[in-house]
Amino acid sequence: MDTSKVATSNATTAATASKPSKIGALGNWADERLGLAAMGKKNLRKVFPDHWSFMLGEIALWSFVVLLLTGVFLTLWFVPSMGEVQYNGTYEQLRGVHMSEAFASSLNISFDVRGGLLMRQMHHWAAMLFVASMMIHLLRVFFTGAHRKPRELNWVIGCLLLILGTLEGFTGYSLPDDLLSGTGIRAADGFIKASPVVGTYMSFLLFGGEFPGESIIPRLYVVHILLIPGLLLALVAAHMLLLVYHKHTQWPGPGRTEKNVVGYPMLPVYAAKAGGFFFIVFGVTALLGGLLSINPVWKYGPYDPSKVTAGSQPDWYMGWPDGALRIMPGIESEIWGHTISWNVMLPILILPVVMFIILLLLPFIEAWVTGDKREHHLLQRPRNAPTRTATMVALMTMYGLFWAAGGNDIIAIRLHLSINQITYFMRAAVVIGPVLAFIITRRWCISLQRKDNETLLHGYETGIIMRSPEGGYTERHLPLPASTAYTLTARHRDPEVNGHHEAVDANGVAAPGTGRLEGLRTRLRTLMWSDNVQKPTREELDEGHHHAEHEHELQAGLDHSADGHQFDGHHLVEDETLRGH
Amino acid sequence: MRLLNRSAGRLSRHRRGPLAGVAVLLLALLSVGGLYTLFSPASADETAASADQVAQGRELFLVSCAFCHGQNGEGVRTTSGDQLGPSLVGVGSAAVDFQVGTGRMPMVQPGAQVPRKPETFSDEEIAALGAYVASLGPGPAVPDEGDYSLEGLSDEEREAAIVRGGQIFLTNCTACHNFEGSGGAMPRGGYAPKIRGVEPRYIYEALLTGPQNMPNFSNGNLSPDEKRDVIAYLGSLEEMPNYGGFGLGGLGPVTEGLAAWILGIGLCVGAAVWIAAHTTRTNKKKVDA
Amino acid sequence: MSTPPVIDGHGHDEPVDENLPERDDLYANPGVHEHLWRPTDVDPKAEKRAERQVATLFTLSALCTVLFVVCYVVVGPDETLAGFGAQNLLFGLTLAGALLFLGIGIIQWARKLMADQEIVEYRHPARSSDEDRATTIEALNTGIGESGIGRRPLVRNSLLGAAGLLGVPAVVMLRDLGPTNAQVTENPPFPGSGITNTIWDKGMRVVRDVVGTPIRPEDMQIGDLINGEPEGIYVSPWDGEPLEGVALQVNKSKGAVVLVKMEPEEIIPGTGRENWSVDGILCYSKICTHVGCPISLYERTTHHLLCPCHQSTFDLADSARVVFGPAARPLPQLALAVDADGYLVAQSDFDEPVGPSFWERG
Repeated sequence: MDTSKVATSNATTAATASKPSKIGALGNWADERLGLAAMGKKNLRKVFPDHWSFMLGEIALWSFVVLLLTGVFLTLWFVPSMGEVQYNGTYEQLRGVHMSEAFASSLNISFDVRGGLLMRQMHHWAAMLFVASMMIHLLRVFFTGAHRKPRELNWVIGCLLLILGTLEGFTGYSLPDDLLSGTGIRAADGFIKASPVVGTYMSFLLFGGEFPGESIIPRLYVVHILLIPGLLLALVAAHMLLLVYHKHTQWPGPGRTEKNVVGYPMLPVYAAKAGGFFFIVFGVTALLGGLLSINPVWKYGPYDPSKVTAGSQPDWYMGWPDGALRIMPGIESEIWGHTISWNVMLPILILPVVMFIILLLLPFIEAWVTGDKREHHLLQRPRNAPTRTATMVALMTMYGLFWAAGGNDIIAIRLHLSINQITYFMRAAVVIGPVLAFIITRRWCISLQRKDNETLLHGYETGIIMRSPEGGYTERHLPLPASTAYTLTARHRDPEVNGHHEAVDANGVAAPGTGRLEGLRTRLRTLMWSDNVQKPTREELDEGHHHAEHEHELQAGLDHSADGHQFDGHHLVEDETLRGH
Repeated sequence: MRLLNRSAGRLSRHRRGPLAGVAVLLLALLSVGGLYTLFSPASADETAASADQVAQGRELFLVSCAFCHGQNGEGVRTTSGDQLGPSLVGVGSAAVDFQVGTGRMPMVQPGAQVPRKPETFSDEEIAALGAYVASLGPGPAVPDEGDYSLEGLSDEEREAAIVRGGQIFLTNCTACHNFEGSGGAMPRGGYAPKIRGVEPRYIYEALLTGPQNMPNFSNGNLSPDEKRDVIAYLGSLEEMPNYGGFGLGGLGPVTEGLAAWILGIGLCVGAAVWIAAHTTRTNKKKVDA
Repeated sequence: MSTPPVIDGHGHDEPVDENLPERDDLYANPGVHEHLWRPTDVDPKAEKRAERQVATLFTLSALCTVLFVVCYVVVGPDETLAGFGAQNLLFGLTLAGALLFLGIGIIQWARKLMADQEIVEYRHPARSSDEDRATTIEALNTGIGESGIGRRPLVRNSLLGAAGLLGVPAVVMLRDLGPTNAQVTENPPFPGSGITNTIWDKGMRVVRDVVGTPIRPEDMQIGDLINGEPEGIYVSPWDGEPLEGVALQVNKSKGAVVLVKMEPEEIIPGTGRENWSVDGILCYSKICTHVGCPISLYERTTHHLLCPCHQSTFDLADSARVVFGPAARPLPQLALAVDADGYLVAQSDFDEPVGPSFWERG
């Protein structure tokens, strides 16, 4: 095979040079100045593998584009000022009320700018989708092992995107200066004041004096429309460049190896699919914006520090630290005349930071535990890395429980429960739940591995029940098609671990860095691999096949073609009937 | 655009057709006339009916209420000292009209939270019960429609009343009942009920008497005009179209987040599955032209 | 057309880590699946149908765009459609139609009509070749050597010091983001400035929020809850004018109170607070001591006050003791008295800072 070519295909013959056209002339003009052809040679037919789960990150990318478009529209009318004005606009129920210019302009966008409400709602829905799709993309990457070498840095960039996206969301929903967003900022002021030593200073500097002051909205606005979007754009660009450089991962399968990537070319198929998907994501946000009301600021009214509404919640992505805040017991200590608010610091200043650092370090922790220094471009099925899968499910469980705790009042009224009992339950559940989830997921994965081996050794179940001359019933199993069998076995065996002789290498020399840390690593390696089920050995496989052939012989002599393939599309029986003789 | 209706909400004052005012007046006259014919016989000899009413009310009270509230409405305590039913001396007919009229009383089982249910008594019986309880001690009476309607105000006054009502509502009511009256959670399984769609009379009575765990907003606290304004604001919320689309229960960001995950992410991931799905294949070979 | 490209059928040709087991293949790699044609590839009729389908989708999209513009011109701001705001609904639906039909059309085109043979591209290791590395390191060393940065520690260290020092102005210049608490306490820009103060003062009336009217004890009945404000926000203690803007917001955010009236015998007075109530009327700060939400979810029978943000619950009959939730401190209580005109007034400012805890609170 000629590997010098970037991509090979039998699909089309090479294009022959045609007469120079107008487009050709334009291309020539541009190439003489920009050298586009060299770039295009590499990238125009760049291959992307096709799988639905590879498009989750695209949802995030496209909703970010929707955010930029709708956001620019909103800036044309939004006034980021806390100057007090008397409202005299179209919305009758607030006419004459004093409010900030920010809130008045939000009402103006909602009621007096045609399409303004739609753009506001689309912007808000797209923001919710942006963070949500980043998270499902992150889960897909982790569950399939796509965070392994050489993609660890792209994982880090992705994590930064997630946290920046969350902050961008918070600054965004604070801008309209309605009752809910003001309550959110007020709580944020409480969080800042709880920081030891510098809390009060930070609060006064941030708000330009005492809360609420008149500076916070203009300052959040600059952060929201300039600072964070700039960082997001730069990081998105870096994320995509690394994706192009590493080339996309792919599932193992016939023809797929660690050294190649099989799929459709960028031009035309992938460009069309990605471009079409952009319009679909854009369309979905338009549909949501048109049909579902989000953040009806006119009903909340302008922010007033003496008003509050039941069901004061942040947007969903800030919900889990809020849940942690709700279930935290009220602990505060006083040391040498200084107050330390553990009840605020632990859940809101420490927990999210710790969780984020854990998330950031996951690929590095895994690489340290496994000692794996190889590049990985073929994905793993979640079941084939039970401990990793279980770790993420445990983290998800913890996240989900904190998240639910953040909606405890809504859960209480909708399900007729007591907020007090929900809170007590959650205090225990956030500790016990992840542990249970870890154990259950790990065992579940291992069972699925067993089932794979079962299928490999004994074939798949056809659903055909055979009756032997003796009257016994058996289900007929048939061997897997070659490509499926290959796909199932195209994976590594895990190293054998049994705890102790890990610390000593093949020559009997103690590995460097022995000590407590190395002990922990050994224990983690044991946890990582010890209970996993390996794919069958060649001997097991031979024996299994031998057994299957024997059974086939027993079942031979059937004069119709009910061989079990009628139902799986491998054998066409258009002209035959099952009981036709 | 035949499907489009003019909203009764904002701007209606400026855009209402010239005949609308006449139509509204006619409608109002008709309904007032109708109501008058319905109620006039009963109110004709009010003073005379009163003694009978009290007697009838006492009969009903002894059968349906006395078990918890005592033979003379003095309240009953359990042996452990808890209140089984509070004293009804001085609660007035407004409390009776609210509690019995919304079906909360008679209760199915004792407790701080009493859900609304279909009422057990007829209007006449409720009036009789109210008369009896009012005779136990002076208390707030059932409000007239005039107490909570904006009839007789000019357009400007009406608008100002609604705006003031909104501010009072957001200050005093939303903390428990949520920003659009969807209700909210209270300690230990209690809840502040949904107040959207509740009859103005009952809202007025609830403010006046503070049913169950709700605090009072007596006339010394919120003046009758302020109560009327709150009711007018709630009414204007009812009339207001859903400018942004389905309200998702009016519960705030929790339901919005659920919608984003289920509908938004659901639709986008569904589209991704479709985009990457394999298309139909055939066994036929391509014939080169 | 020939058969699909055959990939190396044997072995997997993978990077190896001697500490980890090598991958052993039980089956030979069968190579990329044989390409099967789609009906649209082999059946001109199907192809035409798909073409028409895609074109129809694009036309529908264009139609929706036209409808959007029509709605933009025709539908007025106060029109409703099935109980919804007509503008938002129609703009949303037509825009969604325009975008979705376009997207679906493009994807249908890709799925049915564009060539769909899978092609194979070869990967390269992420690392550079040894040659490149050597060249780069050599260039780097030459550059560093020529600059002499390694040989001239004086130049290097003074450069690092000077450049590092530039970070200081960047931090120092943020100082004027706002005044500190000490500054606003010393030179108050408006009454009630400073984190430990509020506008409350001896003799200041408690007034109803929104309407601003003073309250007599006899106005309240047992079970009443009044959301109150200091009269000072309506009549500034400095100039008698109503507060506005920042002054108003800051003072509302610290001065808001709740008044409740209960049976006097139900009150468990705190030490030193025996004469802080008037006829069973108690006054507490409305600002939660957890993170500062206004708090007025009151249960008249239990005297519990609940915060809607994080569910801290306080017992108002018992000096606002925390009975549940994440708050650590009781709500500050405002001592009440009655002035000569018979209205409720404060005996003094709160005796502790209101709102969330902070480091210097002590």
